Amino acid sequence: MSASMSTQLINLFASLLLLIAFAMLAQRRVLSLIHLFAWQGAVLALNTTLVAFVTDQHHLYYSALLTLVLKVILLPWILHRLIDKLNVRWDVETLVNIPTTMLIGVVLVIIGFNVAMPISHLSATVTRGTLGIALASVLLSFMMMITRRKAVPQVIGFLAMENGLFFAATSATYGMPLVVELGVALDVLVGTFIFGIFTFHLREAFDSLDIEHIEKLKER
Amino acid sequence: MYPLLVLLTPIAGAVILGLWGHRASAGGVNAAISLLTLIAAALLTAQVVEYGPMLAFDELFFVDSFNVFLVALTALVGFTTALFSRPYMLIEMHHGRINARRLRLYHASYQLFMFTMLLALLTNNLGIMWVAMEAATLATVLLVSLYRTPASLEAAWKYFILCGVGIAQALFGTVLMYFASEQVLGAGGTALLWTHLDAVKSQLEPSVLTLAFVFLLVGYGTKVGLVPLHSWLPDAHAEGPTPVSAVLSGLLLNVALYALVRNKVLADGALGSDLTGNLMMGFGLLSVVIAAFSLSRQQDAKRLFAYSSVEHMGLITFAFGMGGPVATFAALLHMTVHSLTKSAIFFVVGHASQKAGTQMMDSIRGLVDTNPTIGWGLMLGSLAILGMPPFGVFASEFLIITTAMREHPWATPFLLAALGVAFAAVFGKVQPMVFGETTGRRLPHPPAILPVFAHLALVLVLGVYIPPYLAQWYRQAAALIG
Repeated sequence: MSASMSTQLINLFASLLLLIAFAMLAQRRVLSLIHLFAWQGAVLALNTTLVAFVTDQHHLYYSALLTLVLKVILLPWILHRLIDKLNVRWDVETLVNIPTTMLIGVVLVIIGFNVAMPISHLSATVTRGTLGIALASVLLSFMMMITRRKAVPQVIGFLAMENGLFFAATSATYGMPLVVELGVALDVLVGTFIFGIFTFHLREAFDSLDIEHIEKLKER
Repeated sequence: MYPLLVLLTPIAGAVILGLWGHRASAGGVNAAISLLTLIAAALLTAQVVEYGPMLAFDELFFVDSFNVFLVALTALVGFTTALFSRPYMLIEMHHGRINARRLRLYHASYQLFMFTMLLALLTNNLGIMWVAMEAATLATVLLVSLYRTPASLEAAWKYFILCGVGIAQALFGTVLMYFASEQVLGAGGTALLWTHLDAVKSQLEPSVLTLAFVFLLVGYGTKVGLVPLHSWLPDAHAEGPTPVSAVLSGLLLNVALYALVRNKVLADGALGSDLTGNLMMGFGLLSVVIAAFSLSRQQDAKRLFAYSSVEHMGLITFAFGMGGPVATFAALLHMTVHSLTKSAIFFVVGHASQKAGTQMMDSIRGLVDTNPTIGWGLMLGSLAILGMPPFGVFASEFLIITTAMREHPWATPFLLAALGVAFAAVFGKVQPMVFGETTGRRLPHPPAILPVFAHLALVLVLGVYIPPYLAQWYRQAAALIG
């Protein structure tokens, strides 16, 4: 594969990730959010495999495999089980002001690119152009967490943020050392499990997964 | 060998308590395992005292004068808190606030939490340090919500989300750190090892390190509880079981600050400017002032002391920010005495609120009448944390303020005003709790008094006399941090 071809493909995957991040920002249905999250993981795994192939970095194959197993299969499966058990599969969230949210999202992308620019210049990786997109998807996921009022979408935002960070690591440095990536993956998995247990407690105590009902602990 | 022992003991403990943690004897087992961890930590400390800094297991672990005393402190407070938690949790069970299953969860998570903190302290790899910090959050989320009350669930949710998001920023900072080091050290596992980074820190790219440090400050700063990222802290401290409040406040905040300072050393080496110090001073001072002024509004005893923790962590961050041998020495000393004093206070506050049946300070009255040791423990602990001589907090605060007067005179009025306000607020609230008309009931199990006075005695000793080897560590660590 020629160098320009692979760069083109990497950029294509990066823009797909950005697109998915925007789609998540606007998506009202919980089920579709999980699908989007799984797609994000799939694109990430593909991208990592491609980078591994182009640059001959063998450890990236392992991290692509890890991404595939964890973020395309395991986590979405847990989330599916969860929304079934909580009976929120067909939940639709009311999001106010989607156009404004999208506009702020665009501003975040610009900020992300500006922050990443000086670093991209220093980098010698084939993926350096995509660092801005990585940072932008982190910021967009952050934005998503802020705008959501329900527990499950908030956590999907959190997981998407971790995806963005993983992408940042791949684009700036060809990935973190494998032991660190394994550790991060373990944390994410355990975190999702704990979240799963936690939602049942929330539901038991509040009869709702709406964060607004939960936020009562103001300064007394 | 010893680093592995320090880490394997709590892991084994978590497995054992995960199986049998619901038994009545589990509190004792928990304390025994913590004692073993303490012994392992003491052996490690003795080794480092004798032979100096050490690397172990293919450079995976690194112990020097900066982290060895934190390891010893963590193991010590972990042990005393386990001693305290045995009667405390029995009383909670007696009052019907938890059942056997949750007791098992509590004990297993407690040991896991100790493991994650010790791992964060001992590891040489900045990536593993991040993983351990995140794992420490995860290990304590279900502890904060142990009572399953609406308020505790909300606190745990806030803790989970805010610390999760915060620590994600630190991961980005770590990625940037790796990016900078990779260009000097080459790709692979060694590029995130602190000792390797420290050797080449002056060659790291300054612009990347600046950005990395900002992200790390926001990330680990959330866990330290720096204003304005502190909003999870009072909730998590107030709603969880008191032993958890004690270890969160006394240990976790220290460990998070440790992670930040390790990274600061690298950023300072690369930048050669005051940027990191100024940022830490700014955040620290803001935390001191905001927390001090929030104290007077609190009605819940544990929230009050949680805000006091924000104040003290702010003060330590400020001192690390000033830098220089004296301020850093004072910061390390303050870390030690704050950790000991604050956990002692949480122990007495825990028993006091069990006696009163509430954490609301208005309803806790006359502790001295019903149980003089708890009453005096609370009084002495509060005086110690407010910086009264001859306790150790006075010594460290005195050093911090005199250094601030000399080097950053503009900050002194803020610091003095904040400490004055904090004194008035806390003392005004604690005094009637200790000496008013009594309201308490008898506890079904004898309270744990020994850990309280052991901690206060240590703080008192540190106020009048710092043992030479400890002073030597602090000086070595201060020279390292700069």
